[in-house]
Amino acid sequence: MLFTSYGFLGFIAIVFVLYYLIPRKCQWGLLLAASYLFYFFAGPEYLPYILVTTVTVYIAALRIGKNEEAQAVYLKAHKADLSREEKKAYKETQKKIRRRWILAAILLNMGILAVVKYTNFAIANVNSLLGALGREGRLSFLDLALPLGISFYTFQAVGYLIDVYRGTVQVERNLFRFALFVSFFPQLVQGPISRFGDLSETLYKEHPFEGRTVSYGLQRMLFGYFKKMVIADRILVGVNAIIGDTGQYAGAYVLVGMLFYALELYADFTGGIDITIGIAETLGIRLTENFERPYSSRSLKEFWRRWHITMGTWFRDYIFYPLSVSRPMQKFTRFSRSHLGETVGKRLPVYLASFTVWFATGIWHGASWNFVVWGLGNWLVLMVSESLEPVYERFHRRFGAGGKCYHLFEVVRTFLLVACLRLFDCYRSVPVTFQMFGSLLSARNWNILWDGSLLALGLSALDYGILALGAVALVSVSLLGRRGSVRDRIARKPYPVRFVVWYGLFLVVLLMGAYGIGYDASQFIYNQF
Amino acid sequence: MEELLEILGELHPDVDYEVEEALIDDKILDSFDIVSLIAEINDTFDVAITAKDIVPENFNSAKALYALIQRLEEEA
Repeated sequence: MLFTSYGFLGFIAIVFVLYYLIPRKCQWGLLLAASYLFYFFAGPEYLPYILVTTVTVYIAALRIGKNEEAQAVYLKAHKADLSREEKKAYKETQKKIRRRWILAAILLNMGILAVVKYTNFAIANVNSLLGALGREGRLSFLDLALPLGISFYTFQAVGYLIDVYRGTVQVERNLFRFALFVSFFPQLVQGPISRFGDLSETLYKEHPFEGRTVSYGLQRMLFGYFKKMVIADRILVGVNAIIGDTGQYAGAYVLVGMLFYALELYADFTGGIDITIGIAETLGIRLTENFERPYSSRSLKEFWRRWHITMGTWFRDYIFYPLSVSRPMQKFTRFSRSHLGETVGKRLPVYLASFTVWFATGIWHGASWNFVVWGLGNWLVLMVSESLEPVYERFHRRFGAGGKCYHLFEVVRTFLLVACLRLFDCYRSVPVTFQMFGSLLSARNWNILWDGSLLALGLSALDYGILALGAVALVSVSLLGRRGSVRDRIARKPYPVRFVVWYGLFLVVLLMGAYGIGYDASQFIYNQF
Repeated sequence: MEELLEILGELHPDVDYEVEEALIDDKILDSFDIVSLIAEINDTFDVAITAKDIVPENFNSAKALYALIQRLEEEA
């Protein structure tokens, strides 16, 4: 059930009406039923996967929580009769038990994710290796369907388990409440990846009908549909044309494809998240923001703090930090500092931990080498920038580079860098990406930008006009958003202005949304993860 | 505290750590700074800061960080 389908709109309309009609204490129960119904519509065969994750993580967290409680009771009861060493030894033993639970649950759930997502990738690599070695025979690919949103709900559940282990959140004792946290339907498809500490504060509360919250939620959804249907799904036709025929569309077309894809991905992913957060808002539930004007970033490092924020913080908190401060890594830090000197020795372990994170980020985005190279490309640029920071600072001081023009230059440079790296995502093949990037660097067909060739990409002059206006609208809203909520600003305007803005936007989505002949309402790009 | 201020000063010499109370919230320290800082602190104070200690409340100010070090020293 696509977010953009009439079926989905009907589904959320029914959920919405029932949500505010039933007794408030039953609201979260309704959301659980709705979430499982939504998942059932996506494919009943996927239900066992989400059920296994829910139940195993729930049990492991419960056992860890109970062990913590038992430890506290025991230590309190034997406060006087245990020596410091005995207490320490007892705590160590209990910690080992908790560690066994968490490891078992993480291995099982990450194992399921790995099997359904990466088995065929592994088979393809083994086959390539056998071919290279001149061996006969090939392994057959398995018919494994990727359950909807498995990367998102697995990460969310595992994050909760680690938080319980660390003692930063309370254990959820009610299996059904926990099941809702894992399966909450608006965010099941493409995130954001919520933390239990944040979402539980709002998910299980009783929510009375509040006109302002509902209307703000609907406005956010409408803007999301505008991004998705008017911009992303329209420009998708052009992107597909360019990447679908690398022979014809080389040189300057690669730049056009890069820019088109930058707009498509932004409109698609942020639009999808707007719809998700908007739906939750109409139900009185607050979800974590996933974007913070990413295209206004002045460096790649800043971009990754502003783009897909919940994924970035997940990798940071549950992989980068634990790996960086682990005992082996601390030992390695001491070793590298004593053997390689302070400057390099200090950086090397951080770079190593970061390499792991970016490798994982790449492969999380897709089971193929182009995503791995994309992730490691990001890592390389980040590490080079980090190493050259003192040089940049000297350059800035020497030439006084800090004005608005330089700021704009940094924003454009970062945007182009991000777009270039995404070519690996576009072409889905490492050699083809390098070949196409090479063709861009040696391009001689710049005339295609003005001689009407772009009208042969499946987009008419009217489409380009709509896309240009759409892009201007996105930039304007983004700039306005720097000074506070745009919806607050519109809400303060007189009624006729508000009417024109919101009904105008509704009409734009209705009349200019990319559906009908030539278009096919497409999946959100992040659905496939 | 003197030693801690010295370590922090090496990371960002332009920050006044005696008054700054939003090192994480204001994005003055990033994840790389935090990891480098932990390596230095673990070595200097002979403590073991773990991933569960890496929360904004412990890293937002030199004072909070010092309190964390003292707590870990007591627990050791």
